[in-house]
Amino acid sequence: MKTHRINFTLNGEKVSIEVEPSDVLLDTLRGRLGIKSPKVGCDRGDCGTCTVLMNGRTIRSCLALAVEADGADLVTLEGANTRKWTQKLQVKFHEKNSFQCGFCAPGVILSATELLEKNSKPTIHDIKEAVAGNLCRCTGYEPIIEAIAETAKGK
Amino acid sequence: MDLQKIIAKPKKVAKARKADDGLEVVGKSVQRVDGWEKIKGAAKYTDDLEFGPGLLYAALVESPHAHARIRTIDTSAAEKVRGVVKVVTGRNFTHKFGLYMNDRYIFAKDVVRFVGEQVAAVVATDAKTAQRAAALVKVQYEPLPAVLDAVKAFEKDSPLVHPDLKDYTHVPWFFPKPGTNIAHWRKIRKGDLAKGFKDADLVLEDTYYVPRYAHCAIEPHSAIGLFDASGRLTMWTSSQSPFTQRHVFAETLKAFGLGHKDVRVISTYIGGGFGGKAGVTMEIIAAGLAIAVPGRPVKLLWNRAQEFYNTYQRLGCTAKIKMGVSKAGKITALDFKLHWDAGAYVEYGANVVNAAGLSASGPYKVDNISVDSMCTYTNLPPCGAYRGFGYSEFLFGLESHITRMATELGIDPVEFRKRNAIKEGDTLPYGAHMNPNGIRDAIERVEKEIKWGVKEKSKDPKKAIGKAQVCFWKSPAMPPNASSSAFLKFNEDGSLNILVSGMEIGQGLLTVMAQIASEVLSVPVAKIRVETPDTDRNPYEWQTVGSHVTWGCGNAVKRAALEARERILDLVQRVHCLDKSTLYLVDEHVKCRTKPDFALRFSDFVINGIQADDHTFKGGPIMGSGVFMPEFASAIGDPETGQGGHPNVHYTTGSAGIVLEVDRETGKMKIKKVALAVDCGKAINPDLVKGQVVGGLLQGFATVLYEDMRYDEKGRLLNPNFSDYKIPTAMDMPEEVVPIIIEVPQPDGPYGARGVGEHTMIPCAPLIANAVADALGVRIKSMPVTKEKVALAVKAAGK
Repeated sequence: MKTHRINFTLNGEKVSIEVEPSDVLLDTLRGRLGIKSPKVGCDRGDCGTCTVLMNGRTIRSCLALAVEADGADLVTLEGANTRKWTQKLQVKFHEKNSFQCGFCAPGVILSATELLEKNSKPTIHDIKEAVAGNLCRCTGYEPIIEAIAETAKGK
Repeated sequence: MDLQKIIAKPKKVAKARKADDGLEVVGKSVQRVDGWEKIKGAAKYTDDLEFGPGLLYAALVESPHAHARIRTIDTSAAEKVRGVVKVVTGRNFTHKFGLYMNDRYIFAKDVVRFVGEQVAAVVATDAKTAQRAAALVKVQYEPLPAVLDAVKAFEKDSPLVHPDLKDYTHVPWFFPKPGTNIAHWRKIRKGDLAKGFKDADLVLEDTYYVPRYAHCAIEPHSAIGLFDASGRLTMWTSSQSPFTQRHVFAETLKAFGLGHKDVRVISTYIGGGFGGKAGVTMEIIAAGLAIAVPGRPVKLLWNRAQEFYNTYQRLGCTAKIKMGVSKAGKITALDFKLHWDAGAYVEYGANVVNAAGLSASGPYKVDNISVDSMCTYTNLPPCGAYRGFGYSEFLFGLESHITRMATELGIDPVEFRKRNAIKEGDTLPYGAHMNPNGIRDAIERVEKEIKWGVKEKSKDPKKAIGKAQVCFWKSPAMPPNASSSAFLKFNEDGSLNILVSGMEIGQGLLTVMAQIASEVLSVPVAKIRVETPDTDRNPYEWQTVGSHVTWGCGNAVKRAALEARERILDLVQRVHCLDKSTLYLVDEHVKCRTKPDFALRFSDFVINGIQADDHTFKGGPIMGSGVFMPEFASAIGDPETGQGGHPNVHYTTGSAGIVLEVDRETGKMKIKKVALAVDCGKAINPDLVKGQVVGGLLQGFATVLYEDMRYDEKGRLLNPNFSDYKIPTAMDMPEEVVPIIIEVPQPDGPYGARGVGEHTMIPCAPLIANAVADALGVRIKSMPVTKEKVALAVKAAGK
């Protein structure tokens, strides 16, 4: 099968790889580039565990083809760990037990990072909406929403 | 802000003052020990592990029929595909397996019994090739009549799902009826039912229906197996039960020369379990495939659809209740018939049926009771453990029925529950006696919290507000000899490693185990590492199910810590000639009550010993081990009455109440407030208990309000994905959740603790059904209680 060379930035580093046209971005990140924080949960964009930031916006990497990443700036939680809002969120997530099994946490934190980077004064509704695409089966969401709200308020 | 610094140096928390109970760490909401790993994306789940370029991938060939005989399997086309290493079928494995009943094969042999059952597998060098080749395996089937309804399966002329039932081996507390579809019939007969109904002033009989549900852990099942050249099998599995899996693998694959020491199961963090990753499901396929391709690791990953139709589902249940009640508001008789749809294989599910049958009285004293809990085979996917283990299902009918009867008699439903609530020492349906419990306190606290008895009006005239309060209980369903064990070892700097095989499934087990050891040994939680198990290194744990590990594994850790403490005190007594009874541990030091200036730091001796006056060293590495088995338990009772034995170790009880707003026209419901009080004996970490309450309630409400499994007339699951099987998002949260912790100590629990994980999901269905009835006067008797059903019921009632 014909392959394509794609070039993109991944967590601040330049990447250049050959991919097949049908390769899914999530599989490429996990299987070829050793990036494990985005998870496989449903493979159809329902659950949000595969969330990554592409050019500053969250996308479902299970619904993106690897070729779509050509020329993009990709950030996963591994890279976002140094971002200001991500770090503030992580402190609150830890304090408030905003995760249990932890499987959805990378996606939730990236969605929350995107929100706060764009809107540092969100309403509770804004917060719920921002993470509504990230399914969590453990926490009942309450500690997630609280942690994001308190991060925004700088509590 | 430099996160690394925060992680490296945890914020100094002002030293907690000793509480009245004298505890320093237990009872405090210390932060989770697995926290940073998880929220930084560093935590590894099974599919995150790397196995190098030799890793092989498996894809399955699955049955399109609910019930059919396999005529031929032609694997030749698949075998020719480049990259295919092996095609495996049922011919390769001839041993049956199961947790409590050996009723299934690794691959269907001769007969398929549900749509999606594994018939063959292709192992290839990459996942895409494996999938492509699997589609080339040709299987010829001869369709057989399928049994898709548990009540019909019970009828005499029903086709049989397992004609060879009489040959199946099972645990001694199951009572299958060969020649029928009944895999197990749990009977309870206590008191005089006829007299109970005679004494009743009101008798009500009705049927309640609960469909199947799916766990929907966000992490799908995954397993990697490696059968190496030395003849040992290593399995990496996303599992709640590594030791149980090791046992089942060793027993099932005995023919390949495997003993228990040759099988090793490694379980990393798991992305949610809820019972779905208990026992053994797809992991046995990966184990079989590993055997088939020796020397190379092989990975089997479930996709979301397989996650729905080929793990365990929650059992469906049709519950027929006949209850008698006196004018004084006492339950005089209960005749409860539970028809369970347990699916094609019930090796785990039959124990759900058993557990529910034993406890179907709910947390009430019922002297005259008859329960028939019937586990029925059907040609639908296999069912097994799901958070609540059968209790949610029977409680829907029971708690709906109680509210209806109390209301009809003109007795306040909460007052009715208080009059019947079980007390310590009361006789349970199987003859043993009830443990200490705080159910009355729980009822009163919830009653106050939701302002029971105060009618509320919605600001919106289209909406009505209803209230409801119910009770719940649950016991761990476990074999009487299910045990836990722990190792604990000191490191040079006085830090500790604790080895257990209880699984961290999100509930916070690792943190709670660290707290228990910290309490005994005075080592701060931040200096204790507890990790997920490897059966070669970690000591035995039966399974992380039944909300029993805080209790069972916690007892083992406490004993291990006490043993280490004894060793420390013995050593100090020997070397320093101080009487042991005067020594105590505090702030990582050994101190002496009679010699205030004596203080020996742990880090000075826990590995390298204490240097004596003659310059020799005494002691050595300090370690401890602990084992816990509930030695009073017994599963053997009379099959016809269920009397005798002590099958359940104890019950956790509680009560929950709701304020629900319902739209009269659309039926749309909004949970304004929910309060849940649970008697966990002792909340070792109150915030983690609250986490169980908030999370469990939403999971429970989803089963009532919208989750629903739909099958077509051929037994095919129609909605195996999150678009068509909706689970809650952040937009679906109740407006207010109030967790209430009650602490009536469990005498044999660590610091009085008993389990709490499952209980918070159990009361949700009757809460909604009763609140809808309170708000609009319509009674929904089948789950889910969707807005559509409510709106149609309101319309039909002309209200």
